[in-house]
Amino acid sequence: MTELAICTRQLTRRFGDATAVGGVDLNIARGQIYGFLGPNGSGKTTTIRMLCGLLTPTEGSVDVLGMRIPDEAEALRRRIGYMTQKFALYDDLTVEENMRFISRIFGLGRAQTTQRINELLEHYDLVAMRRRRAADMSGGQRQRLALATATLHRPELLFLDEPTSAVDPENRRAFWEKLFDLVDQGTTILVSTHYMDEAERCHELAILNLGQLCAQGSPARLMHQLGGRVVEVHGPKLRQAKDALLQLPQVQSAAQQGLALRVLLREPCQDAATILASALPGGEHSFEEARASLEDVFVASTGDNPHAERHQ
Amino acid sequence: MSAIARIGAVADKEFRQLSRDRITFGMVVMLPLIYLLLFGYAINPMVRDLPIGIVDLSGSAAVRAITEQVRVTQVVDIVATYATPAEAEAALIAGEVRAVLVFPHNLTQRLASGDVVAQWMVDGSDTMIGNALLGLREMPLQLEAGVPVGAYGPRKPSFEVALFFNPERRSAVNIVPGLAAITLTMTMILFTSVALVREREHGNLELLITTPIHPLELMIGKLLPYVLAGLVQLVIILGLGSVLFSVAFQGSLVHLGVVTVLFIVANLALGLLISTIAQTQMQAMQLTIFVLLPSVLLSGFMFPYEAMPVAAQYIAEVLPATHFMRLIRGVFLRGADSMQLLPDVLWLAAFTAIMLAIATHRFTKTLD
Ligand SMILES: Nc1ncnc2c1ncn2[C@@H]1O[C@H](COP(=O)(O)OP(=O)(O)OP(=O)(O)O)[C@@H](O)[C@H]1O
Ligand SMILES: [Mg+2]
Repeated sequence: MTELAICTRQLTRRFGDATAVGGVDLNIARGQIYGFLGPNGSGKTTTIRMLCGLLTPTEGSVDVLGMRIPDEAEALRRRIGYMTQKFALYDDLTVEENMRFISRIFGLGRAQTTQRINELLEHYDLVAMRRRRAADMSGGQRQRLALATATLHRPELLFLDEPTSAVDPENRRAFWEKLFDLVDQGTTILVSTHYMDEAERCHELAILNLGQLCAQGSPARLMHQLGGRVVEVHGPKLRQAKDALLQLPQVQSAAQQGLALRVLLREPCQDAATILASALPGGEHSFEEARASLEDVFVASTGDNPHAERHQ
Repeated sequence: MSAIARIGAVADKEFRQLSRDRITFGMVVMLPLIYLLLFGYAINPMVRDLPIGIVDLSGSAAVRAITEQVRVTQVVDIVATYATPAEAEAALIAGEVRAVLVFPHNLTQRLASGDVVAQWMVDGSDTMIGNALLGLREMPLQLEAGVPVGAYGPRKPSFEVALFFNPERRSAVNIVPGLAAITLTMTMILFTSVALVREREHGNLELLITTPIHPLELMIGKLLPYVLAGLVQLVIILGLGSVLFSVAFQGSLVHLGVVTVLFIVANLALGLLISTIAQTQMQAMQLTIFVLLPSVLLSGFMFPYEAMPVAAQYIAEVLPATHFMRLIRGVFLRGADSMQLLPDVLWLAAFTAIMLAIATHRFTKTLD
């Protein structure tokens, strides 16, 4: 196993009586993109804040880049970059002024600052925006500015909290290309998201729900583990069919997807077609085992419909 | 070295933000200007032209001489004459006049014996007016020497009486430096009291506390641009004030600069402390006003420090404005230097250090 960038044991944070994060064990290897996938309120931001030393854990231990957090948080700050969920740069400063400010705070010299800023403006396609105030930029441009600023001091570890929430699909692709560039240079990235397609791009993934860690592993492995549990049902009157299928004890969930009904079984099952057909008399339906998607993984591990709490 | 670089970065950033915030930037210049014109002319602690009435029961020729002298004080304006004290009292109750001067039957004997010559009936419901007339009560007795009945030797007119003839000049002399203290208290505390709160509300704080910046560096960096703003305000008030109201500057510019910077920094530090307590900009405003009002009322701007009850004096001693009021009157009007006023200088320095220490201690780099 490679050296760990982040290692937590029983990480817990309570706000009053409410547990925002409960007993999370994370092992995040260096040099990869690690995703936090979870609906609103699942504890993604709270976990990231604890990893950065911004929130003190109620219980549990945190080790980031070999440092005990929050005790050694101050030393950690020079080695990490953090892109907050809400845009945290100054609206009334220009792109360049924002970058220069953060650069100086991180102790980069004048020459180095200028060189880094030019480099990053070029790389993140912001050269034309140089003198534009952050307030006057589009969501995607602001996101790029925030990422560029978070990487000014070449951090070893980057925390990105829902970096693409205001970005269209095309720009999201471009944004992720930049993340892979950073990983190529040796950066470890922890990114939170509630988009399945983004989660699928991560090297490894943790699925969070209600502050609990529901599953951890590479997307491929997580999907593979669901082998034999996903069945697509074709036929007429899918809405009634769905209600009928949900009555079966073997069925965990069923959701309509276009012209098919996607059924998730509680256990892998050889004769799934026979069992499902028993609930749908008439023989009008056909059954076909399907490859599990990340959404299936999400549903299987949280026992929830991911759409239920997702905005968008 | 890097600490200085970080302080510089924060100060630079704050200055840019300040210069882009047109309303705040305008306030730096316009507020002292408007306050100076408004209060320099309008606030006149010397009461003038109070409507009064006269009741003459004596029919003596001396009445005319005495009333004439009362009139020229400009404190009162004789608007009515009444036949009887009862009639005058009714007018007083109705609010037609603020006071009535009653000359008794035996005025001539009283003048001869040096007795109280006449009685003032005063509407005491407004203490300012009451006090003004109370001062006047002594006046005819002291100035009355020129009146024909010369049974006793003339007393020298006291300084207080002389002041009655020169009210405007005196108020401006006090108000110009006092206004500098009040304006600086208000704007300086206000500027920094929202400084950290605004960053919190806009979400900038979460990023800022993930950087290597030390809380003290952040505090100092945030103060610096406003020191400049405060000095601009002082120059406007004292510069324009001395010209408009011919208040002569007696002291040295160096000492003036020293005491002013001390006072500005003390207020900015207090503002920063407020900023670590308040959760919203609204709360920051409320706390600022909470501090501002005692500064206006207790610092010696409105009422003389010596005239206040001891408890109020203790409170006043804590406020930077009280010390600055003494300092600026000393340096600006009496030509004192900051060494002669060392206790006040030391308190301002100590106040700044205490406020900054508490604010820095309160500002933890966590979101807990
Ligand atoms: N400062 C706080 N005080 C009280 N409760 C909090 C606080 N911060 C977070 N919580 C609660 O903790 C839970 C987890 O919140 P968190 O912000 O970590 O979720 P999230 O996964 O980041 O959600 P989102 O996708 O909406 O950003 C929520 O129920 C939230 O209400
Ligand atoms: Mg969040």
